[in-house]
This record gives sequence, C-alpha cells and structure tokens, in this order.
Amino acid sequence: MSGGMRRPAPAESERLLHVRDVAKHYGAIRAVDGVSFALAPGEIVGVIGPNGSGKTTLFNAILGQIRPTSGSVEFRGEDITARSPLELARRGIGRTFQTLQVFGQLSVRDNLIAAAQEFQGTITGRLFARPDAGLGARADEMIELFRLGHVAHLKAGTLSYGQQKLIDIAMAFMPSPRLVLLDEPCAGVNPGLVDQLRELLATLNRTQGGSFVVIEHNMDFIMKLCPHVICMVEGRVLAEGAPADVQADPAVLEAYLGN
Amino acid sequence: MAELVQLVVSGIATGSIYALAGLGFTLLWQASGTINFAQGEFVMLPAFAMLFCVLAGMPLWVAVLVTCAAAMIVLGYGFKRAIVDPLIRHGVIPLVIATLGLAIALKTLVRAGYSAEAHQFGSPFPGGVFSVGGINVTYADVGTLLIAGVIVVALQAFVTRTLTGRAMQAVAQNTEAARVLGIDVKRMVLYTFLINAVLAVVAALLITPTYLAKFDMGESIGLKAFFAAIIGGFNQTRGALLGGVLIGILENLVGFYVSPAYKEGVALMLFLVVILIRPEGLLGKAEERKV
Amino acid sequence: MKPALRVALLAASIAVLAAVALALKRSDVYLLTLYCVYLMATFGLNLTVGYAGQMSLGQAAFLGIGAYIAAILLKLGWPFLLVVPVAAVVCFVLGLVVGFPALRVQHHYLAFATLGFNVLVYLAMRNEEQITGGTFGISGIPRPTILGVDLGGHVAFYWFTLGSLVVLGLLLWWLLRSPWGRAFAALRDNPIRAESLGINITAYTLLAFAIGAACAGIGGVYFASLVEFIEPGPFHFSASLMMLLAVIVGGQGRFFGPVVGTVVIILVPELLRGSSAPWLKFMQVWYLAVFGVAVVLLMLWLPGGLLSIPERFARKAKPR
Repeated sequence: MSGGMRRPAPAESERLLHVRDVAKHYGAIRAVDGVSFALAPGEIVGVIGPNGSGKTTLFNAILGQIRPTSGSVEFRGEDITARSPLELARRGIGRTFQTLQVFGQLSVRDNLIAAAQEFQGTITGRLFARPDAGLGARADEMIELFRLGHVAHLKAGTLSYGQQKLIDIAMAFMPSPRLVLLDEPCAGVNPGLVDQLRELLATLNRTQGGSFVVIEHNMDFIMKLCPHVICMVEGRVLAEGAPADVQADPAVLEAYLGN
Repeated sequence: MAELVQLVVSGIATGSIYALAGLGFTLLWQASGTINFAQGEFVMLPAFAMLFCVLAGMPLWVAVLVTCAAAMIVLGYGFKRAIVDPLIRHGVIPLVIATLGLAIALKTLVRAGYSAEAHQFGSPFPGGVFSVGGINVTYADVGTLLIAGVIVVALQAFVTRTLTGRAMQAVAQNTEAARVLGIDVKRMVLYTFLINAVLAVVAALLITPTYLAKFDMGESIGLKAFFAAIIGGFNQTRGALLGGVLIGILENLVGFYVSPAYKEGVALMLFLVVILIRPEGLLGKAEERKV
Repeated sequence: MKPALRVALLAASIAVLAAVALALKRSDVYLLTLYCVYLMATFGLNLTVGYAGQMSLGQAAFLGIGAYIAAILLKLGWPFLLVVPVAAVVCFVLGLVVGFPALRVQHHYLAFATLGFNVLVYLAMRNEEQITGGTFGISGIPRPTILGVDLGGHVAFYWFTLGSLVVLGLLLWWLLRSPWGRAFAALRDNPIRAESLGINITAYTLLAFAIGAACAGIGGVYFASLVEFIEPGPFHFSASLMMLLAVIVGGQGRFFGPVVGTVVIILVPELLRGSSAPWLKFMQVWYLAVFGVAVVLLMLWLPGGLLSIPERFARKAKPR
C-alpha cells in the first residue's frame, strides 16, 4: 500500500458504497479474494489491474449478478449483498457492461426512455402513460449531451460500436442514479471519443453530483478522471491511493510488467 | 400391495425408456445448447426404419444395427450439419422453431408417404409373465430394464473412463474452458449427436412394441423426454434418468388409482410441482446467470 | 410511407375485406371469418413471441378455453358482449398461473409449461364430459344479437368478427406504443440489461404472455359462435405449434406478421381441402410436410419471416 497522499477514507456516516471483504471463489480459483473499499457521494474511484485480476467479477458480485462467497456490500447504510440487479437498480445503482448491452431493435431515443421509465409511477400507471412516459425532454437532453442527435431515431443495433457504447453509458445515467459502476467504458472506443467520454463523465460528476466506480485499462483516462485509484491483482487489492502514487508503486509496476 | 409393486415395476420399465430419450435431450443441451423439439420424432423414425428392415426379411438384431447406422448418419450427423450448425449462433429460439418445423415435416412425411395407421412391432423379448413372491412381472419389463440399464452403464463408463468421454464431459460443463485445454470441441459435440441418435434407436426398440409404430407416436414420448430432463435437472445427466423413471411410475399409479384418462397429464403436473419447489430440478445445480 | 398514407391504405384494405363478403360463397365467407378468429389469437401470440421474445406453445389451449366458456355461457343465455371479457379475464388469469412457475426459473421453461398445459387442457376437454361433452363436444351454440341487430347471418357475423378484430388490433397497437411496449422490446432484446435498468422482467414477461393468452380467449368466443359446434379437436397442441409457426413465418415482432402467417396455416390448407384439382389433391396430403420443411428453410435463410423480404432486398441492393 502506498502511503502519503492517500485520501482520507470516507467516514461511516457519509459512505455511499461500502464493500467489505468481498470474495468470490470458484472451487479452488479465487477470482476475488477479499476486497474492501468505500466511496463517498460525488466521488470517482478507478479500478485498474491486469486482465483476469477479478475486476469484473468484483463488479458482478457488488451488483447482484453473482452471489459473493463471503463479504458484504452496503449502499447508503443498507446491506445489499446478493440483492437482485433489479432491486439494486431501484435503489439507484446504475451500471454499464464490458460488452455492448443496448436494445438493438429500439431507437436510440427509445433506449434512453426505456432506461428510465421504470423509475416513476406504477406498472399499471405506465400502461396508461404517454408513449414517451414523460421522459422525452430528459432523453433529448442526454442525446444532446452525448452528441447523438443525428442518430437519435435510428435503431441502436445498427450503429457503430463507439456510438452504441455512448448509448450504453447514457442509458446508465438516464434515471439520475446515485451511483454508477462503469466496466471498461473506453474499451474499443476510438481515442477522440475517449476524451469526449472523460469530459462527459467529469461533467456529470460536477453538474449532477454523479458518483462512479470505473474499471478501465486506459491509464491516461483513469489518471485524469479519478482522484482515487484501486489496483487489483489476482483477486486482491494490491495498492490504493492517488493515481500518481499507485502508478509509481513498485508492486503495481511489477504486476503489470513482471510476467 | 402386490398390485402396487407390479405397477411400480412396470412404471420403472416404461420410465427407463423415457429416461433414454430424455438423456439424449439433456446431452444435446449440455454439449451444444440445442433444444430439440423433434426428439420424439427422432424415436418415431427409427421405429419405422426397423419395421421396414424386419418386413424386408432381416432378423431384428440386424434391423437394429442397420437402423443405428442410418440414425447416426441422418439424425446425428445430418441433423447437426444441416440444421444445428447454421442456426446455433443465432440463439436458442431459431433452432427451437426449426426443430418444431422438422417435427411436423417428419410426422407428415411418414403419414403421407407411408401410412396413418398404427403398426404392430414385434417385441425383442419373449412374451409371458413370471411370478416372484406373488408379484407378476412380464419378461418385457425385465428385458426393457436390462437393456436400458446396460445402455446407461455403458454410457456412464464411456464418459468417465475413456479419454474421449472425459473430453465430452468437459465440453458439456464448460465449452470455453474445454477449447482452451485444446479439446476438439466440434468433434465432441458431433459425438454427442451420434450418441443421441443411438439412444433414440434404443428407445424406439423398447417402446414401439407397446406404443405401436405410428406417425404421431413421437408427440407423447417427446413430451415425456423433455419433462424427464427438466424434472431431473437440465444440467445433470443423471437427472433425466431419475425424471424419466419418476414419470413412468407416477403415470402407472395415476392411471390405475386415479383415472387412466389423465395419465398423459402426469408429466406436466410433476414438472409444475418440481419447478415450484426446486426450480433447478431434483438433481440439478442452481446456475449462476451469465452476463 | 407517410403515416397518413399508411392509415388510409389500411382502412381501404379493411373496407375491401369487408366488401368482398358480399361477392363470395357462403363457405368462403365462413373461411374468412375463421381466418379473422385465428388472427385474434395469433395477434396476441405475436405480442408474446415477437414483441416480448417468449416461447408460448399453448395458444390453442387458451383458444379452446375461450370457446368452451362461450359455448357454456352463451347456451345459458349470457349476452355475447359479456362473455367476451369473461373469457379474456379467465385466460389472462390462467396465463399468470401457468406462466409464473415457469418464468421464475428460466425463460425457455415457458415453452415446456405451456406445451404441458395444452396437453392437460385437451385431456380435460375430452374427459370432463359433464362440462365439455367429451369427444361429442357441445352443439347448438347460438350466434349473438347485439343491440337488436341479429348477427346470425354469415355475412353479418363476418362483419362483426372483422370489426372486433380491428378493435382488438387497435388496442394492441396502443399497448405496444405505451411504455409497456418499450419494456417488452427491451426484455426481448436484452433481458440482463433491462433488469439492470429497473425493468421487472418477470412481471413484464408474465404480462406479455397473459395478454397474449387473453387474446386467444377472446378469439375462442368468436370461434364457438362461428362454428356453432365445438369439440376438443381444434385445441390439440399441434394447433398451438401451427399458431406459433404462423407468427414466425409472417415475421415475429412485425405488427402485420400474423396477417400473412395465418393465411399460410388457416386459409391455404382449408382452400386445399375444398378444391378438387388433381395436383391440389396431392398437396392436401403433403401440405404439412412441405410447410414443415419450409419452416426449417425459412429459419436458415429468412429468420425475419416473410415480411422481412423487402428489407432483405433493400439491404442487398445497398452494398456496404
């Protein structure tokens, strides 16, 4: 663990997310082996680590896609360990996936509306609601923010990879979530778009108070976006702290370059 | 009491036939994600093939061998190459639809091209009954159990004792990992289809003497095969065996003590009860969802 | 095509469909009415299969339940317009009861549960003679008189059925344009993503299935009144398979897909049966075999169904 510049851990009362000693074992394979970290509202935490270090498994364990072998996850003081993805979404946790996950047959605008329509009213109420569920303006706002105006009415499945990636991320932000977990937002995205994406996330953090946990391999992106970085290796936290410190940590360098 | 035991014994015999068809169904699902809605017709076709061979003057055992070979080529290799391989990439549903279409086509081909009647099919076993402690058991039931048992044991031995068998198991459990380990996944999947074809022939041999060879005989046995597989646990090979036997026993009991009219509905009721209480099936392992 | 033009074209087609009845033989009008009845069921099934992406193999059971409810209640003198919602509600609730255990597990279990349900319903129809008349069925089912208008005549009943079909179609269109329709499409396209966005996939899947079942129940009421005599035959699970294939052949998830697909499963075989030309006689026997093979080929070459042909050509013409 690198010392010195570590940000103070958020106090108990102001923790948005608190991951405690989460582990996920598959037989003898310890994909995640006791990871702990905490996040305050409005904070951005980056998670780095070589391929296969357990980052996505950690996300899936936090997000209820898989049941952790041990450990607990708290969100706003409530134990949410192994709750279903649906319940987590309802509590205001959004996510994006490592692979593209959009609704291919729906238009971009409908993708965005679909992402938020379930957060208001009752299911019966939505049957009789306006077709855009009163979310048209919000969707158009996001479309403008993500510069998707020229494709807003095309089917999402027909667009380029980068555009779908943007839709995917915009969808996670549509319902104004309290916390968003982003799994490799830059993977497969061209460099110009990477900068745009970083600015977008910074804007959302500044203007809408967004709190994020970001898994990413793009070091430049992480260094510029995240004030706090966690480096995972072989299912464990190897180093944690300010990006420059983590990057300079000899153990981290060895993990990346050693083998 | 004797009556109950008799019903259970003959139920196990019939159930073991369902189990064979259900086993093939499970194997296909595990190895390749194929849900074969034509599984019943895969039993019906060999029944007619054997019937033709016997009518052409072959002894039954030759007919069985010839049919096995033909089934492996047509229902194993041909089915996989022509229908499964091109469709499996598109997910489960297109393949389900195609096998539904195939089932309709096969049924109608037999009805229109040969006959809509039910045909007698000679039993491979001697007729008659023997008594053990006041319980009457037919030779046919004993023979059915023996053959089904031998097939299952042989398959189990092949899967656990041989290198090829273990490779097939690896593919069934985790295709990606198997590929990484250098296993020829395509070949193993093909073997699974061939085994399914053989299982279908054996099921046909055992069930046709009682069900008679008829173009729509597959509807009923296909249904039992699906439910046997699910009741036991879709992801466990042994599951289909347990499921098939359970259905066989309960059908007999319901048919005798409740009403023969609802015998065909037993499999569904058992299915609903099992998935309400134990969604992963009696022997199944709960699966974690893949992202 | 502009929306206004589309509406005009649709209205014109419906008007033509209504008008042809005056020029057709009695048996052909009967056939057209039967076609409309099955369209009610396949429109509903398209919602389940095409829009929500679920496999349902029990639509004929719901059609049958609607038909038997209608037969019994109409003979007791219930008004037709009351029997329709009763059948719809019963089928909706049964849909929930059948769908819930299956969908709790895995989505393709719905196919097995509905298939088994259909087998059971068929057995009940054959065996519960006090209620269903067993294999003899129920005869003497009356056609309705609504607001003093006697719909007993074949043309009048056809117009009534066609009009009801249009109303049902409009309701489904409205449903698909509501947020529910969007949720259905979302869970079809990507259930895992949908769940992470707060879409209750179990609830919506169940609703899509139960609404589809209710449509079949409504169709069943018209069926009973049209044929005036019902027996278990038409509600065998093989009829469910045919309805499912009608949706797929026409083009799943396309609103008018069932219109095309139902021609293939209802109109064509019935017309073949009624004809006497020698080569058509041949087709009478082989039709289903040809159909089955065609379904397999369709899946291989045109999985989007017949209505996707224009798009296919458009894409071929525009090289990328």
